[in-house]
Order: sequence, then structure tokens, then C-alpha cells
Amino acid sequence: MTVSAQPEALQSKRPAVSQKIAKIALVGNPNSGKTSLFNQLTGLNQKVGNFPGVTVDKKTGISQLTPNLKAQIIDLPGTYSLYPKSLDERVIIDLLYDPGSKHYPDLVVVTADASNLKRNLLLFTQLADLQIPAVLALNMVDVAETHGIKIDVPALQRELGVPVIPMNARKGIGIAALKIVMSQELEAVGRLFYEIPLELVPVVQSIKERFNLTNDYLALHFAHQHKNLKFLSSDDMAWFEEALKPVGFSSNTFQANETIARYTRINELLLDVVKVEKVNKNEKFSNRLDQVLTHKVFGYLIFFGILFLIFQAIFAWASYPMELIDVGIANLNELIQENFDGPLVNMLTEGVIAGLGGVLIFVPQIAILFAFIAILEETGYMARVTFMMDKVMRKFGLNGKSVVPLISGVACAVPAVMSARTIENWKDRMITIFVTPLMSCSARIPVYTVLIALVVPEKYYFGFLNLQGLVLMGLYLIGFLAAILSALLLKTILKARERSYFIMEFPVYKMPRWKNVGLTILEKSKTFVFEAGKVIVAISIVLWVLASYGPGNNFEVAEQQAIAEANAKGLTEEQTENKIASYQLEASYAGIVGRTIEPVIKPLGYDWKLGIALLTSFAAREVFVGTISTIYSIGEEENVSTIKNKLMSEKDANGDPFFTPARSFSLMIFYLFAMQCVSTLAIVRRETKSWTWPLAQLLYMSGLAYVMSFITYHIFR
Amino acid sequence: MQAKVEEQNERKSVRDLKIGESGVVCCLNDPEMGLKLLEMGCIPGTEVKMNSRAPFGDPITIIVNDYTLSLRLDEAETIMLK
Repeated sequence: MTVSAQPEALQSKRPAVSQKIAKIALVGNPNSGKTSLFNQLTGLNQKVGNFPGVTVDKKTGISQLTPNLKAQIIDLPGTYSLYPKSLDERVIIDLLYDPGSKHYPDLVVVTADASNLKRNLLLFTQLADLQIPAVLALNMVDVAETHGIKIDVPALQRELGVPVIPMNARKGIGIAALKIVMSQELEAVGRLFYEIPLELVPVVQSIKERFNLTNDYLALHFAHQHKNLKFLSSDDMAWFEEALKPVGFSSNTFQANETIARYTRINELLLDVVKVEKVNKNEKFSNRLDQVLTHKVFGYLIFFGILFLIFQAIFAWASYPMELIDVGIANLNELIQENFDGPLVNMLTEGVIAGLGGVLIFVPQIAILFAFIAILEETGYMARVTFMMDKVMRKFGLNGKSVVPLISGVACAVPAVMSARTIENWKDRMITIFVTPLMSCSARIPVYTVLIALVVPEKYYFGFLNLQGLVLMGLYLIGFLAAILSALLLKTILKARERSYFIMEFPVYKMPRWKNVGLTILEKSKTFVFEAGKVIVAISIVLWVLASYGPGNNFEVAEQQAIAEANAKGLTEEQTENKIASYQLEASYAGIVGRTIEPVIKPLGYDWKLGIALLTSFAAREVFVGTISTIYSIGEEENVSTIKNKLMSEKDANGDPFFTPARSFSLMIFYLFAMQCVSTLAIVRRETKSWTWPLAQLLYMSGLAYVMSFITYHIFR
Repeated sequence: MQAKVEEQNERKSVRDLKIGESGVVCCLNDPEMGLKLLEMGCIPGTEVKMNSRAPFGDPITIIVNDYTLSLRLDEAETIMLK
């Protein structure tokens, strides 16, 4: 293998590199094995940050190239071309347009799928023309060979003028060779693959002069992209308009011609490099599998079967670790409370640690959900699902790709909203993000189950259809209907910013790479804990303060009153304690707020106690059970059957049971529609980069919740 | 606009291909979408083959340059065949 760097040159340049760590960018087509390569190079030394100014994840990691040389690897979003078609892809040009920046890569590694070299080389030739030192990582060479595609690597290397490393990133083959090449100081690509059209040469020249550029192709990109470049002043903008007018610059036409010219060039240079011997066997296998998996009947049946499996897993498998976390947090709190005392300790245990527990308890579900999503993505099945669902979803202003966030929303809206990133189209993506929280997430389950157990009899139809289960399913269905009908509404309101495309590569079926699945789980769980965790913990502390303190001497009065009543009734010590807690809650700031909002929620059938529960639930729905268990003075016990007994014995002003079916259904419907989740609001703000969307969601969903529970209450009353 | 409709009437696009049938790309009549299609390899002169249709007939998959590309019918309609 010939590597263009000379040993002598290496010697002289080495010290400069070892002082500052080299930055190496990974670029490549989607499905070209870029993520696998990144994971192979960096392992667990990864970090997810943000590119400045955009919400695109920036994955960086440190790779040990040789025993004494490390490099920083930046994983750039997958793209087919340097001309960006989505926000994600814009990140790449933002990085590559500024050779003077400290983030500018010293080297780019271009991953290319060997069985699809032609299309993969388009991006390579564009990068090469920017004259950045480059290496071509020719991925899945062995797979291509079994399909009869033979690539003459030395010939390809000669044609391209850069080191070409055959490899298989999934299996880890060729990584060592690639690391050695990456550790060397490589020269910029010496040849150009595209000649700038003659009529543009003068313009390119003046752009180079004005912006101090050395590369012709970069100057051409400036001409194409000037409207999207944030660092340009209005003067620059006006200058561009002036400079481009005389040549009749039409970005579309010139881009199209460039792409055609590049493909022509690639076809020429591949003529002697790639030999195709027999038909693609794997494609045939994929095709046959597709006939079943995207079949009119079986396709949907299999898809719903997989969904069923995912739900089972999320609810059944996650319950053990969730219980462990729950018990662990409770034990930790108990341990602290036994050994220490004071308001700060209470704040720590009932505020911070309880809030933290509320975050951690969702980690198992998020991990399981993303394990499934990662497997479905890795195998290529997800592309089939979006393919099957696109036509239906489009009728509702959504997109085939909206299926993933909507399904994920049943577990938790936070990762679901994050997964909407794969949707390139702005309008489709906003609608998806907006309606996803209407899907009933797992935090609503405790609310549903407590209330259903209370008012729906445990009856069986045909021996196996459980009435309570049917009601629960009905609630999920209402959530889904609300989501798609809201999408339909938004479809008419929102204006499209760009056209919606469905032009995408249909990947061949593959076995999932478990390392990638594991790293996805780790990354998503970490993002959830840190991003959503901050907010939940903060709100938990505020709520704790509001529920633990009251104005003036309210608390002492409440305590004395409770003790007096308890003594009169001859209650046990524990019952007395509970009574004190419930009286104090009523006297607290939270209690006062509950009383204040009572007139507003009365039409829905709620009293001030439920008012407190509703308010605390705005931090997170699952707080509902904890709050009502405090309000109805059950103490620390969060066992559903005792909550049920307590709620059943709660009486209204007339001495009748308070939790009538009307009240309970009204509550369930309220929780179904209302946007009671600070974490979701926080993640929506982060994903949409504006407060408009989370606020609109808050108003819309809560308004809907109010109207719907009002109707429900009056139907059942 | 009128001219475009007439053109579509008399000329075949990828949309009109039957499953298993092939054609050679002649031109792309939507400049904006054309850019995306060109980048994906739908260059004039390239052979494309209709591979499959989704259960409700839309979207479809076609084979271009030995790989499978999925696209909607109204996108396929812009790829004119020789």
C-alpha cells in the first residue's frame, strides 16, 4: 500500500501534531458504515455535544491511533452531497467553509460502501476538490466481493490520489490499517475532479479575493450557499447579488450540471476499477424478505406483532429494574432520614432525591425502547415501516418517518421527540413533535391504573377480554386519535417551508451490530438523564418547598388541630402522623394554590385536593399518585390497593363517595390530554430551538384537556 | 405549466413502469427535486428498474446503479424516460 506522506516529511511535522491533538472528521453517505467506524475508532470514549447554533448532535471521541498518538474524531451527519438538503447536513458545510477555524479538520475520512461505490464517490470528489487531506475508507469490501463486485484497490488509489483502505467496520477488519494511515500527516488531494465552468471563473476569482480563500471550489460553494451563510454581513450579501447577476447564476442549474459532470467523471475512473461478475445475491434475499415484510396483509400484521412485542417488553421487562430503582431510592431516603434531621435533609430526600428517582425510574423503559429502535434501524426494517406507512401518514400532514416518534411516544415523549430528527422536512417534523406528547406515555399508566381499578369493575367477556384492560386500551386509542386529528389540524395551519421528500436509500437487510445498539442505548439514556433530569429535579425542589411550608404559623395551627382531632377519635400514632401531614398540606402554599384554583376546576368535578395533584403533576404526571397519597394521608405507602381503599372511602359534601365514575373518567381524560410534563416541554424547546412550540403545546393540550374532561364529566354524571 | 402537462401525457416517466420493467432516464423535469435525484444517481442515461410498490401503491422502490431507492409516486413522476 502506498501512502502519500513521506517519512522525512513526517519527522519534521510530527512535533507540531503532538502538541495539539489532530482533528479528524468522518464523512460519508448514510448507511455507509460511518457510525460503525466511529464506534470502532472511539469505543466508549465518546461525547455528545451540540454544534454551535443548531440542535444537531455533535458526536466526538478520542481515538488512540498509535501507542503514542491520539486524535479527536468528529462524526458528521450522513449526507450524499456537500450541498445540504437538511438542517443536519448544513453542519458539514458550516465546519468545512472556514479553513481558518480551530474546529477545521486536519483530515477527513470518507466512508464509502464498496457495493455502491459510484454514488458514494460523489461526496468524496466534492471533498477532494476542497483540497482537504482525505482518506477513503472502503467499507464492506468483503460483502461486495461475495456479491460479485470486485474492486481493484491499488487502481482506485491511483485514480483518486488518496490512500484507500479496504475494511469492514462492522467486523473491525481494516481498522488497524486505517489508524496507521490516519496517524500520518497526509497531503491535500492533489487532483481536482471537477472543472469550474468557464463562465464562472471570474466570479470565483473575485469571491476568493474578497473572502481570502485559496480554494476555487470553496469559492464556488460560497456562491451557491451565500444566502445560508451566517457570517456574511448585509454588505457581503449585496455584493454577492451584484457579482452573480451578470453571469446569470442559477444555483439549481449549476449544481445539476456539476453533479452530472462528477458522475460522468466517476463512471470513467471506475471503468477499470470495478468489475461486476454476477448478480447481487443479497439483494435477491432482501427482495424476497421484502415481499413478506412489506406485504399488504402480512407486512402490517408483522409490524403490529413487533409493536406488541415492544410494548410487552417496555411494560414487562422494565418493571423489575424500575422497581429496583424505586426501592433503592426509597431505601436511600430512609437511610438518610434515619441518620440525619433538619429541613435541608428533608429537602434533599423529599425534593432532590425523590426528583432524581423520578428521572432514573424511566431509564429502563428508555433503554429498552431505544434498544428496539436501534435494532430495527440497524437491520433496515425501519426503512420498510416508513415505506409502508408513508401514504397513510401523509394524509394527516405527517410523514412515513413520523411512525417512529409516535410509537416511541407510548413509552416516553422525551426520546420520542428526539427521534423526530430523522424527518428532514421542517413542517412534517414540527407537526410530529407537536402531536407526539398526545400519545399516552408510560407516566400516565399509574394514573390510569389507579383510577380504572377504582371505578371499572373487574369483569371478563368471553373469558379473556378484561374490561379494565379494554378501558385502558380505549384510553390509548383516544390518545392516538387525538394525535392524528391534531396533526390534520396543524397541516392546514402551518405553512410549508420546503417540500417534503421521500427520496431515500432503501437499505439492504443486515444483522444488527450489537456494539452500535449498546452505544445508542447509552447515549440516549445519558441525554435523557442530563437534559430532562435537570428540569425535573429543579421543579421537584420547588414543589417540595411549596408543599412543605405555609405562610405565618399555618403549620403549627394545622398540626395542633390534627392532634386534637386525632386524640378525640383515639387514632394510633401512625394515623395521627398521617392526619398531621394532610392538614399541613392543606395549610401549605401548595394547599393555598389548590384552594385558589378550585373554582376553575370545579366544572370538571375536581376539588382543591385534586387541584394540588394537577398542579404538582405539571412537573411530571407520575407525581399524581405520590401527591394524592400525601393528600389523602396514606403516608409513605404507595401501594395501589391501599390508595384504592382510601380513595373509595373519600366522601363528598353529601357523604357520597367522592370518586364517582364521572370524576374518575374526567380525571383520566384530563391526564390523557394535558401537557403535564416539564421534561417534554424542555426537550421540545431544545429540539425546536424556540419557546413558541412548547408554549403552544402547553396551551393547546391543556385547553383540550379542560374541554374534554368537562364533556366527560357531564356525560357520566 | 400547460406545456408540462402535455409533455407528461405523451412521455413516459418512472411512475408508469410496471414492476420488473426498466427504462433509461432522459431528464428530470423538476429542477429542485432533480438535484436530489441526481445526487442519488438518477443521471440522464442511467437505467432504472421498478422494483416494488408499497401496499397502497405509493411510495415505490426502484433500482438505480445497483442499489434500491425509495421515492413517492409524485417524485417518480418527475423522472422522465427515453
